[in-house]
Amino acid sequence: MANSTQLKTKPAAEPAHVSMMAVVAPAIGWLIPGAGHIIQKRWIRGVLLLISIGTLFGLGLMMQGHIYRANGGDILDILGFIGDLGAGGMYVVTLAMNGGQGAIAFAIADYGTKFMIVAGLLNFIAIADAYHIAIGKKQ
Amino acid sequence: MTVQLTHFSAAFVFALFASIVFGITHRETTRDMVRYGLYCFAMFLGGVLVAGWAMWLVRR
Repeated sequence: MANSTQLKTKPAAEPAHVSMMAVVAPAIGWLIPGAGHIIQKRWIRGVLLLISIGTLFGLGLMMQGHIYRANGGDILDILGFIGDLGAGGMYVVTLAMNGGQGAIAFAIADYGTKFMIVAGLLNFIAIADAYHIAIGKKQ
Repeated sequence: MTVQLTHFSAAFVFALFASIVFGITHRETTRDMVRYGLYCFAMFLGGVLVAGWAMWLVRR
């Protein structure tokens, strides 16, 4: 009798844990790149993602790249905003500190703008990867 | 603080970090991640060099 109770309760407990992590890991991973992997004990992957995405975004800022806002203007601005938004916490902090306001007046600033957009897009991929680890689709 | 990168160094940095993320997210095992990351890095930089030489030829 006790064995049959254990058999019934054990499978029910695991999906609850998995679904919780499947929500938390992508959310944390969006806020801090790589954190979705780190909280699932993929330390090296998480740190590498944090360094890669963080450095790309930081370099973009230092190259006087432009940060797009949700102004609903030109279609390219909207796409740029979606890309930037992927950087999560870094994007929010940059906006709060009034960073990334420069006009794209020279080539390096244009590279910087693309660096930040790509950093956000790469973070979207990292978020999807963290989700796949959380649901057990990937190790 | 402002950073000034040349076109090639910007492409190098971009290729390096994008390849790391691609390697980690697109493969299962550590060995495959490293191999795929190196492959992406080579393709990124190779593409830059090929496109650069192609533009040089077109310009002539």
